[in-house]
Amino acid sequence: MPFELFVAVRYLRDQPFQTGLILSGIGVGVGVIIFLSALITGLQVSIIDRTLGSQAQVFVRPIEEAPRIHPPRGAELLATTVERPPQRVRSIDGWQEVEALLLRSPGVTGAAPTVTGPAFAVRGLGSIALSVRGIELESYRSIVDVESRLVEGNFDLAGFNVVVGTELVRQLGVSLGGRVRIQAAGDRGGVYTISGIFDYNSVTLNESLVFISLRGAQTLFGIPGGVSAIEVKGRDVFEAEALAEQIRDRTGLVAESWMEQNGDLLTGLRSQSMSSIMIQVFVILAVALGIASVLAVSVAQKAREIGILRATGTPSGSVTRIFFIQGGILGGLGSLFGIALGIVLALFFASVARNPDGSATFPVALTPLLYGRSALIAIGVGLLAAVLPAREASRLDPATAIRNG
Amino acid sequence: MADHPVAVLQAWDIRKTYGERVVTEVLKGIDFELASREFCALTGPSGCGKTTFLNLAGLLDRQTEGRILLDGEDVGPLSDEERTTLRGTKLGFVFQFHHLLPAFTALENVMMPLVARHGRKTPAMSDKASYLLDEVGLADRERYKVTDLSGGQQQRVAIARALVVDPMLVLADEPTGNLDTESSAQVMELLKAFNERAGTAFLIVTHEESIAAHCRRVVHMVDGVIDSDRVVV
Ligand SMILES: Nc1ncnc2c1ncn2[C@@H]1O[C@H](COP(=O)(O)OP(=O)(O)OP(=O)(O)O)[C@@H](O)[C@H]1O
Ligand SMILES: [Mg+2]
Repeated sequence: MPFELFVAVRYLRDQPFQTGLILSGIGVGVGVIIFLSALITGLQVSIIDRTLGSQAQVFVRPIEEAPRIHPPRGAELLATTVERPPQRVRSIDGWQEVEALLLRSPGVTGAAPTVTGPAFAVRGLGSIALSVRGIELESYRSIVDVESRLVEGNFDLAGFNVVVGTELVRQLGVSLGGRVRIQAAGDRGGVYTISGIFDYNSVTLNESLVFISLRGAQTLFGIPGGVSAIEVKGRDVFEAEALAEQIRDRTGLVAESWMEQNGDLLTGLRSQSMSSIMIQVFVILAVALGIASVLAVSVAQKAREIGILRATGTPSGSVTRIFFIQGGILGGLGSLFGIALGIVLALFFASVARNPDGSATFPVALTPLLYGRSALIAIGVGLLAAVLPAREASRLDPATAIRNG
Repeated sequence: MADHPVAVLQAWDIRKTYGERVVTEVLKGIDFELASREFCALTGPSGCGKTTFLNLAGLLDRQTEGRILLDGEDVGPLSDEERTTLRGTKLGFVFQFHHLLPAFTALENVMMPLVARHGRKTPAMSDKASYLLDEVGLADRERYKVTDLSGGQQQRVAIARALVVDPMLVLADEPTGNLDTESSAQVMELLKAFNERAGTAFLIVTHEESIAAHCRRVVHMVDGVIDSDRVVV
């Protein structure tokens, strides 16, 4: 066994109380880091999942129609009125080529043409505003796992079938197999049969979102053969903005990422991550100071022994290494405790925080990567914390240390 | 020089002062030579500078003035690391108090200078340490923590450690200082035996006449200078 390791391990073992205390300290620190990371990651994954469970990562739409400028009649250009064109569902020119292009693009894992437009569900005298989405189930599946939200019936969009949310069914007082009239602008509309009911965990979506076939939506919004958007899924949720950018460049169309569309959510997620990182940084700092102070105390306690080692021929470099090894061992062992503690905490939290129906509120994201990262941080911090004590120890003058010890 | 037997230790006009504002001169011009195989006591009243001189000879400290030659080599120009290496190869130390590493066993304490020098433990080192412990009469205490040994036993472990590197010179500072008369005599006999068998030179600081009486040569210091240098025939 190398000399330095031999001495370092013996000194750690020889003061079990000190070593035990600092190991617990490191363990608690690493445990908090693991727990917090797992919690925040799990929370964010679940939030994003909920948001993107009903939404694609990138929306590709036609370019906005240029606003028209109306000069006031019979006057010089004193003032102008800028008027947006009337809201209507427009189609992407040559969308088949665009879709093919997108599917070939790097980073894209799925693309689905959709037609989305406003309409009303009419029943009796009442009407409810809807967002009608025409999809081809085959391609839409590759974007959003829509079938997993189904609570009744099945996702059958053939002919005049419609899949609606739980809230709309309640509002209209209908049930599976019931009929609902959907009315769009321009007096276009039809009576649809409810073939499936979904639950998106969102009252708004459950009330206003309905799915019909792509062809049906084309007819409803007067764009036969056209699509209003191509929705895209990329490999990495958080790379959506870059993907959108790339799609804008390649197609010249409008490409909006979920991040743009959910600015508040993203800000929320980011500040959540920031505060989690801040907490972790301070925990790491506290752990570092703990290790450093334990080592500094140990240098002071062992001054005489270090003097004796130096007097009997131990190079000062070896003394430095002894303390670095101690720092590294403390960090490494402490992180093992910490990982165990973090897992226990996270699992305990997951078992306590449950939805009323008993399912987990959100999954805690415990991954080997997280353990590895935490262990590396702890060992790094241990080594860093050892720098000053190690230097102090190696600079001890043997004669003085022996004399005053 | 090569065909002359070189003195183990030569000190010429050694001066040592401590302090910066209030300067105290502790050693005031020491001339001293120790031949190989010599067994020499260094005596003198408390505070006369014995430990100070031993620290200079043991390369634990640097003199203010004068030259020290170890095995014929001027140690003045050597770097700290070179001095450390010399300490670990040519010198053995026996300190008065707190001389062992309490976290380690007797055997580990004895082999420590070898382990430190070579960077790792080997069975040969432990064999050698074991042999030396046997020599000092502690064969059955190898695995003991040194804190579980008596004062006299601890001092014998320290002697074994001083000898483990096969030093040419052992510097012992009051090796019997905290021992009773009987253990003191035992320790001195042990040192003498090693001196006679291996030819290791010994410089032993003591202020006890009875201890000095074990030595052929007795150097007496007073207030930083050598007062008398007697060889008992
Ligand atoms: N590091 C130091 N700084 C200042 N003064 C010192 C230092 N070391 C020794 N001295 C002084 O030098 C003088 C000699 O000390 P030294 O330890 O050599 O005496 P000694 O002969 O070994 O005495 P004793 O028999 O009591 O051990 C003392 O007056 C002491 O105070
Ligand atoms: Mg002394």
